[in-house]
Amino acid sequence: MPKLKAVLITGRSIGQGQGKEYGKFSEKYKENVAVCEIDSNDLTKIGISTGQNVKVTTFHGSVVVKGIKSTQEPHLGIIFIPCGPWANAVICPRTHGTGMPSLKGIPAEIEPAPEEKILDLRELVAQTLRKG
Amino acid sequence: MILEVIPNIICSFCGCCCDDIEVTVTDGKITGVKNTCAISMAKFLHYSDERNSAPMVRTDGEFSKTTLDAAIEKTAEILTNARYPILYGWSSTSCEAQKVGVALAEEVGGVLDNTSTVCHGPGIEAVQDIGESTCTLGEVKHRADLVVYWGCNPVQAHMRHLARYSTSCAGKFRKGRADRTVVVVDVRKSSTARVADHFVQIEPNQDYEFISALRMAIRMEEIEQDSVAGVPVEKIEELADILISCQFGIIFFGLGLTMSAGKNRNIDAALSLVRDLNSKTKFLIMPMRGHFNVTGANKVSAWQTGYPFAVDFSQGYPRYNPGDTSVIDILNRGECDAALIVASDPVAHFPKQAVETLSRIPVAIIDPHLNATSLLAEVAIPSAFVGIEAEGVVYRMDGVPLILKKLVEPPSGIQSDEAILRMILAQIRKRKGAN
Repeated sequence: MPKLKAVLITGRSIGQGQGKEYGKFSEKYKENVAVCEIDSNDLTKIGISTGQNVKVTTFHGSVVVKGIKSTQEPHLGIIFIPCGPWANAVICPRTHGTGMPSLKGIPAEIEPAPEEKILDLRELVAQTLRKG
Repeated sequence: MILEVIPNIICSFCGCCCDDIEVTVTDGKITGVKNTCAISMAKFLHYSDERNSAPMVRTDGEFSKTTLDAAIEKTAEILTNARYPILYGWSSTSCEAQKVGVALAEEVGGVLDNTSTVCHGPGIEAVQDIGESTCTLGEVKHRADLVVYWGCNPVQAHMRHLARYSTSCAGKFRKGRADRTVVVVDVRKSSTARVADHFVQIEPNQDYEFISALRMAIRMEEIEQDSVAGVPVEKIEELADILISCQFGIIFFGLGLTMSAGKNRNIDAALSLVRDLNSKTKFLIMPMRGHFNVTGANKVSAWQTGYPFAVDFSQGYPRYNPGDTSVIDILNRGECDAALIVASDPVAHFPKQAVETLSRIPVAIIDPHLNATSLLAEVAIPSAFVGIEAEGVVYRMDGVPLILKKLVEPPSGIQSDEAILRMILAQIRKRKGAN
């Protein structure tokens, strides 16, 4: 599978905000937050089309989310996961003495994951608890 | 059927606190809204979709319903048995509840921290170092002819900010969009960049370098590079000219600055940039605060304890040292032995390492919803939504206090965060008195 080195950023989006208000266990939340926005040229590089699953890996972990064509392009080499439990699986917990973990600008690698499942919120938390 | 249309309601979603919402209530339920953004509409119409209807306690790994008294008693027991509890959240509730939270943290010798610790906390640290030139959103609306959005995307996250406060609103001296220039600095060509007059795309983690170069250009110093942060020097000089040439400029900054490499130092640089610009023209700066009362959480904490977040009462007096007394660091180090979460969902928003610590300690949560944190909590107490089912004071992102109204009754037996916290505080004092 082709892999692409990228810089991961997280943040808010309209869908994330709406999904949060529908409820964290709602399908709308998962649909809008368990995603990774990718520049269309980068989608081509890793050989997938919008809507296919991708695996995002950083030094801190990996997570499977739906890869979608970004509406905020161009941003070659930058991938965006809305803030939430799926992003948390791969962000950097270190605060560098400020109290703030690093939620933007994290070196990452992205690859197609057609066979892998996107965990729902309960499964994702259960996975963390098993490690904890 | 009893139908009531209530005008001038303040939205309780983001820090904009838009105060022109019209809410239709039919037979005690919200059935319609006007003037909202898409997210605000989702809140008003879907707030009760995943409602927690009764206090819950965990027994043998499973949640079961209990009485409010029993849930209060269990929460008091968790907090009094702890040596170093954290009391976290606070940004989606009223200032009245936040004030009780301070008393509770002091009573149990815990750490009081709010969501700004993973949001604009670094900006607060920078303001404490440098100071800030700021104003209200009303002044921006009436006077600003140059609006800079830096590392933020209000079209997606603060959806009516441009329309109500900065760009297309009708102010006294700036009548509309044509009277204002909008600049966006970001790592992506965001939705906000698409409506700007000028877009500067910089490389991730390079804000500090870019601001430093911009400050040099404003001071007419030579930049001995072809480009900085991926931006050609000619474009940096062009941006400097735009900033200097305005009559009244404002930088609204977001988490692109506070969460990227440099963190508080990025805001130091931005505040210094504004200081430099004030030697040429009038310039101000303001953070784009997220939750509707995160600013209030900082204000209440500051006027009660002296510090705006990350306040540690374990020595019997308030101490503040972000990086040490901030919840992410405490959780990363695995130091706390209990947690009270109020109006927040840290399991959904904290790094995995911090969540792992939360999973090993007793957690009590007060929140209208069952959320990701409820999945590992020992106790979950449902509360009323501030601004929908309970009234309360909140602070808008520019520090203007507003009173949110109660629109409908909460479900039977559901109390406000403030009332629940007062009961927990009373129970803890009773337990301590008994000892």
